Amino acid sequence: MSALKQYIDLFRDHRDIIDSHSAPAINALRRRAFDALDGVELPKPGADNYENTDLETMLSPDYGLNIARLNIDVNPAATFHCDVPRISSHPFIVINDSYVENPRTYEGLPEGVEVGSLKEFALKDPATFAHFYGKEADMANPMVALNTLLAQDGFYLRVKKGVRIEKPLQLVNILQNGMPLMAVRRLLVIIEDNASAKLLVCDHTQNPDLEFLSLETVEIFVGENAEFDFYNLEESTVKTQRISTLYLAQKRDSRVVIDGITLYNGTTRNEYYCRFEGENASLRLLGMGIEDECRKVSTYSRIDHAVPRCHSDELFKFSIDEEARGAFTGRIYVAEGAVKTEAYQSNRNLVGSDTARMESKPELEIYNDDVKCSHGSAIGQLDPLQMFYMRTRGIDEPTALLLLKQAFMADIIDGVRVEALRDRLHLLVERRFAGAVSACASCAGCNKLPE
Amino acid sequence: MLKVSDLHAEINGKEILKGINLEVKPGEVHAIMGPNGSGKSTLSMVLAGNPAYTPTSGSAEFYGKDLLAMPPEVRSHEGLFLGFQYPVEIPGVSMVNFMRAAVNAKRAYFNEPPMTATEFLKMMREKRAVVELDNKLASRSVNEGFSGGEKKRNEIFQMAVLEPKLSILDETDSGLDIDALRIVAEGVNKLKTENNATIVITHYQRLLDYIKPDFVHILYKGKIVMTGGPELALDLEERGYDWIKEQVDKEG
Repeated sequence: MSALKQYIDLFRDHRDIIDSHSAPAINALRRRAFDALDGVELPKPGADNYENTDLETMLSPDYGLNIARLNIDVNPAATFHCDVPRISSHPFIVINDSYVENPRTYEGLPEGVEVGSLKEFALKDPATFAHFYGKEADMANPMVALNTLLAQDGFYLRVKKGVRIEKPLQLVNILQNGMPLMAVRRLLVIIEDNASAKLLVCDHTQNPDLEFLSLETVEIFVGENAEFDFYNLEESTVKTQRISTLYLAQKRDSRVVIDGITLYNGTTRNEYYCRFEGENASLRLLGMGIEDECRKVSTYSRIDHAVPRCHSDELFKFSIDEEARGAFTGRIYVAEGAVKTEAYQSNRNLVGSDTARMESKPELEIYNDDVKCSHGSAIGQLDPLQMFYMRTRGIDEPTALLLLKQAFMADIIDGVRVEALRDRLHLLVERRFAGAVSACASCAGCNKLPE
Repeated sequence: MLKVSDLHAEINGKEILKGINLEVKPGEVHAIMGPNGSGKSTLSMVLAGNPAYTPTSGSAEFYGKDLLAMPPEVRSHEGLFLGFQYPVEIPGVSMVNFMRAAVNAKRAYFNEPPMTATEFLKMMREKRAVVELDNKLASRSVNEGFSGGEKKRNEIFQMAVLEPKLSILDETDSGLDIDALRIVAEGVNKLKTENNATIVITHYQRLLDYIKPDFVHILYKGKIVMTGGPELALDLEERGYDWIKEQVDKEG
C-alpha cells in the first residue's frame, strides 16, 4: 500500500468525523482534493525537483491523526515559553493542528484585524473565507491536496484595508502527543490594500522521542501597496518531519519578506511558490538551514514574474555537516510581457565534512530581453585564508570556525526587519553553531535569557 | 628572541625558502628586502604558521621554544604578530567581535579572566588613537569595504591591541599614499620599546625613511644573501637589485 493510500482510506472511512469537527467552507474543497489525489503517485526521490526528497518515506510511518479532536492537551500552551520571547505579548498557539483559544491573546490588537482559528473564521465569514481559501494553493501538488483533504483547523490572519499592525504577531506551533502524530496545518493570511503586518511563526516539537509529521500549507495574499513580513523559525527534533508548501500572491506595489530559518529539524521539505500579479511589487525570499547529524533539508522555490516591473531578491544559505543532506532548487520564471523585471537568485552552501552532501539547482527561465536577472550557486568550505588570519590573531580554530559560520548566515538574519527578532536570531544561530542543544527541548530556561 | 637556522620551506611541493638564517634580539628593527619572488612573503607566512606552507628542514626558535611546532594561535599568544600584505576581509564578523575574541583568547591562554565590556571598549579607544583609526570602522565587518590605507592602519591597530614581542610587517607600505604611510609608520614607532622587535618586509626603501632599521637583509632566491646597516637600503634605492642578482648568480 502506498503511503498516500492510508490517508485517502482514512478520509473515505471517516469523512463525517473530519467534516463535523471543521467548517463547511473548509469541507467544501475536500472533494476536489480527493479527486486530485486519485491515482496520484508520489514523486520518486531523484525525480525532477525532488532530488533529495522521499515523500513516500516521509509519509509512510503509521502516524495517528486527531480527526475527532480528542484530548487536546492545552497545558503546553499555558506553560510554553518560546525561544523568541515577547515578540508579541501573547502569542497565538496551535497545538498539533488545533488552534488554542486564549482571550488574552487578542489584547491590544487594532480594529480591523481578524486573527485566530481558521475554523472559526470559516464559520463566521464563509464568503470572505471561500474567496481566498485554496485559491492560490495548487491541488496538483499532492502535498497540498493531502493537506486540503484532511485539514480541519489552523491559523487565520486578515488585516483589513489600511490597517497597520506595528508589533509583530507571533504564532507558536507545538507538536505534542503521546504517540506518533501527523499534524495537518493550514495557514491563511490576507493582507488587504495598504495594510501592513509582520508574522513570526515558530515551530516546536515538545517530545523529542516521538515521530511527528507536520504537513503544512500556507497561503498568503498581499493586496495593493500592502506590506507583509513572514518569518518562520523551525526548532524541532531529529524525529520531526516537515512538509511545508507556501503560496504567495502579491498585488501591485506590495512589499513582502519571506524568511525561512531551519535551526533544528529532522527532515524538512520547504516549498515556496511566489507570484506577482501586479506591477512594481517586490519580494525578498530568504532562507537558511543549519544541518548536522543525519538531518535533511530540501528547498524548492519558484518565483513567477508574470507582470512587468517587479523585483525579487532570493538568497538561501545552508551549512551542512556530518552526515546531513541539503538540497536547493530555485526557479525564477519571467513571462514574455514582464519587462523591466529585476530578479536575483543566490544559493550558497558550506559543506563541512566528507560525508555531508549538498545539491543545488538554480534555474532562470526568461522570455523577454528587457530584464536584469542573475543567479548563482556555490558549494564549498570556509576560506582557509580567513581562518588563518583569525588564528594569527590568537583565535583558535573552533572559535574561528564558529565566528565564520555565524558570519556566513549573517545576511539571512539581517534580512529580518524586526530588531528584537534579529538580535535574538543572531544569538540563537551562535548557540546552534556552538553546539548547544535545542533550548526548546527544555524550554523553562528560555525566559531567563536576556531579551 | 627569534633564531632562524637553515630554514627550508615549500608550498605545493615547490621549495621557496632554501636555508634562511636570521637572529632578532629585543629592541631591534630588521628590514628584509629583495626582488619580487625572492621568498619574502613566504618567510612571513612560515613564521606565522600558515598551514598552506610546509617547513621541510631547519628550525625557528622563539624565546627558546620551537616556533614551528606551535599552531598559529599559540604563536600569537607567545608574542608573534604578522601584519598582512593583503589583510583578509571577513564579511559578517564585526571588528569589535573579532578583537574581543582575539583579546580574550590571549587572556584565556594566560589563565586570565575575560576583559569586562567597559575595559575592552576603553582599550579599543586608546589603541585606535595610535593609528588614527576611525571609530565607525569598529562596527563594520573585518576589513570589508575598508580602503587600502584603512586596511593597513587596521593591521597596526590590531598590533597595538595584541602588544606582540615580535611584529613581522609584510609590505605594510604597499598601496599606501604618503600620508597613510606616515601614519602607519608613526604607529609602528609609537609601539616600539626596548623589549620588542620588528621585522619590516618591504620592496622599497621609502618605508625605511620612517621606520629606521638596525639591520637590512637582502633575500634572493630563498636565501639571505647580504646583511648590512641602513646604508644598504640606500644603496639598493640607488642601484637597484641587479648588481646583487649578478653577484649571487655569478657565485652560483
